[in-house]
Amino acid sequence: MNRRDFLFQSALTTAGSLLIPNFLKAYELSAMGQPVAPSGKILVIVQLSGGNDGLNTVVPYRNDIYYRERPTIAIPTDKVVPLTDEIGLHPAMHPLRALYDDGLLTVINNVGYPNPDRSHFRSMDIWQTGSDANQYKTSGWVGRYLDAACTGTARQPFRTIEVDDTLSLAMKGESLNGIALLDPKKLYKQTRSKLVTGLSHEHPDDNQSVAYLYKTLAETVSTADYVFDKTAQKPSSAGTTYPNHELGNRLHTVSQLIQSGMGTSVYYVSISGFDTHINQPGQQARLLGQYAEAVSAFMTDLKAAGRQNDVLLMTFSEFGRRVKQNASNGTDHGTASNVFLLGGGLPGRGVLNEAPNLSNLTDGDLNYTVDFRQIYATLLRDYLGADDMAVLGRSFEPLKLV
Amino acid sequence: MDTKRKQAQLRYLYSRAAFGATPAELHRATEKPLRKTIRQLFHDSASVDDLLIVKPAENQPRQALRQLVRDGQLDKEMLKERIRLNTQQIRDLNLLWLDRMVAGPGALREKMALFWHGHFACRPSGQNALFMQQYVNTIRRNALGKFGDLLMSVSKEPAMLQFLNNQQNKKNAPNENFAREVMELFTLGRGNYTEHDIKEAARAFTGWQYTPDGKFVFRERVHDAENKTIFGKTGPFVGEDVIAMLLENRQTARFVVGKVYRYFVADGSVDDRETSRRIEELAGQFYKSGYDITDLMETIFNADWFYEPRNVGAHIKSPVELLAGMRHTLGITFDQPQPQIFVQRTLGQTLFYPPNVAGWPGGRNWIDSSSLLFRMQLPAYVLKAADVPVRPKEDGDVNTESLARKGNASFHTTVDWAAYEQAFANTDDLTLTNAIAEVLLPLPLRPDQRTLIDNQAASATTRSERIRSLTASIMSLPEYQLS
Repeated sequence: MNRRDFLFQSALTTAGSLLIPNFLKAYELSAMGQPVAPSGKILVIVQLSGGNDGLNTVVPYRNDIYYRERPTIAIPTDKVVPLTDEIGLHPAMHPLRALYDDGLLTVINNVGYPNPDRSHFRSMDIWQTGSDANQYKTSGWVGRYLDAACTGTARQPFRTIEVDDTLSLAMKGESLNGIALLDPKKLYKQTRSKLVTGLSHEHPDDNQSVAYLYKTLAETVSTADYVFDKTAQKPSSAGTTYPNHELGNRLHTVSQLIQSGMGTSVYYVSISGFDTHINQPGQQARLLGQYAEAVSAFMTDLKAAGRQNDVLLMTFSEFGRRVKQNASNGTDHGTASNVFLLGGGLPGRGVLNEAPNLSNLTDGDLNYTVDFRQIYATLLRDYLGADDMAVLGRSFEPLKLV
Repeated sequence: MDTKRKQAQLRYLYSRAAFGATPAELHRATEKPLRKTIRQLFHDSASVDDLLIVKPAENQPRQALRQLVRDGQLDKEMLKERIRLNTQQIRDLNLLWLDRMVAGPGALREKMALFWHGHFACRPSGQNALFMQQYVNTIRRNALGKFGDLLMSVSKEPAMLQFLNNQQNKKNAPNENFAREVMELFTLGRGNYTEHDIKEAARAFTGWQYTPDGKFVFRERVHDAENKTIFGKTGPFVGEDVIAMLLENRQTARFVVGKVYRYFVADGSVDDRETSRRIEELAGQFYKSGYDITDLMETIFNADWFYEPRNVGAHIKSPVELLAGMRHTLGITFDQPQPQIFVQRTLGQTLFYPPNVAGWPGGRNWIDSSSLLFRMQLPAYVLKAADVPVRPKEDGDVNTESLARKGNASFHTTVDWAAYEQAFANTDDLTLTNAIAEVLLPLPLRPDQRTLIDNQAASATTRSERIRSLTASIMSLPEYQLS
């Protein structure tokens, strides 16, 4: 019995007279597989949770202050993978050097926001919602992109997918949420119980809350079905080997979803562990190594599939860390840090702006010169072709990225 | 009124004013007038026992531990372990509070305290378990008293002063965070004060500090004793004066009542005229009563409009309400406590870790595809020890990671099925499904739903098995997420 028959039969056996509802037919329209972004572009966001130490990621390897403030954890000059005369990458990130040479990498320094918050959860909130430091928003910027960019039949949760078990605030819109799935099969299985499928065909409206729950359930089941169907039809090329760790697996899933022609515009992935208060060097090297390996495999995979120029990968963390190391071979919470952009057919900008100024600090912390929402606004408008004002609530000066 | 309708009213009352009811509680209450049951709820919540996990003398928050490291009295490996233990104490405090919610007698007080925890949102800074313990006990003690006392005492809690940076609010270097949140989130709400009011109020709050052992202290040497102009009045105001001015302002009553109404009655927006008028009336009464919380809540629970059909089933249970309610109704205890933290984390409401100073947004924000599927699977995890294939995200904080990693394999629980099943001893087989649904759901089962539920229980061979299967299925319904 194939999936369609199975679904048909279970619909009949669970609730008797129910027929395949209209929304499934809607999914079968070939138009559904079309990307929403007029440009056909896809954005993949990688979140480094915990506050990645930006100064040991993009290292100012000719700066005396850097070496003075970090006597035991600074990256030695001869180990740095140089990008310019001033800065270079952490040695564990050497796989990115090739991407840099190919003009695929853009490094944006000193990214932050006014009145920075040093608490993980709050600063992550600010990055995910795109709010000011004193504003509390209950929707995320990717969610509001979904609200703004996807209309009519294109309004489907799968337009923005988080590869995870739970959905981040970033993915929650005002009127529609994105969907979280660790892999298409797993989500599909979760929605296959008789109770879940049976109930997903019901549309009660006793009150708004009931209607909302059933709408969410129907969307979940049909999305799980659609995504499973799409990926089953077109298994991706087995050519590229991904490193076998969490980020590797998740980016592999993103690649499979992209190659199946899902019509998804934004993917969201996160890894944790960057809160390096104690014994930073080993921990950060391990994580940055995983990051570089995974991203490098991802880009190789996309290149082989001819999608390298359609997919832009953005990497951020909720804050950087203090310039001065602490007494435990680690660093404490700081402020501005760097953001990486990879691929997407952008003209390679290399290092976009000036290196951090270590002699102009506020309370021992770096000053930001680029508001992270300038990056969002630029990517929304110039890359995804969306209404950045509608998503961010106001305009931010665009960057020269596209 | 017929018994069925009465039971539906009671089920609704218990789900809003407490953490649900057992079928036996509902049966007993149907024999009394509704007013008497309401009075009983308040009576049962009259006294309060503090939550006790941390012994004050033994509390060593992160700062104190770091000092020990600097003094060479603690090595770095031990530091990690000690910080972990502090986090674990906060976890234990969470679980102990949850147990109180589940236990029943003081459920109204705990429900109210949960509301105030979201209103006076606070997270631990420096993993200070003692501060969190004091904070939650202050909220629980004042939960049904005068709002003014609650506001004053929670504002002076070290956990709150620390969370809102008032220790850094000093003469010549004011920090406005505390003053801003007191006005925006605790009393007036946005748009009812000026930036100037905040600046000046911040000066009045200078000197409001705390000692490492958790006592509020007014430090005169960092206090700005000059004149301030707040809400058009000028004087050498101190923090207590600002709190008094805020309570004098009727907008505080309006703001707080609006929030109480959205939480306990309507869920979500209440912008129609009738509701606005009702809130205005309640606010007037609240103000006149000297902000008497018990009086306000009694009025609400006794009002006919509270029981209007449009309110029944309109509230989406928060994760803690869901978990505590399920435990209370079925008499569930967890063999290991950790899965309960796991449920809170996965569904987005961990006690003592609200997302930000604005608290949990609630309502539809609780529900997305992942959380809904998890909620629908929860009875299977809790009642049938089904494998849990889900893992919540880590929050990035190295200090809480150690807690996140444990305990998400499967749940092992003990359920007091005997007591629960006994309540249906006199129900005939034909009406059993509906009888269980009436105890658990705010809305009647639809025929197609009933078919699905009955099919799930088709393989049950004994009555006991059938009751268990029906209960698990009904608790898996989207409607069980509502109250």
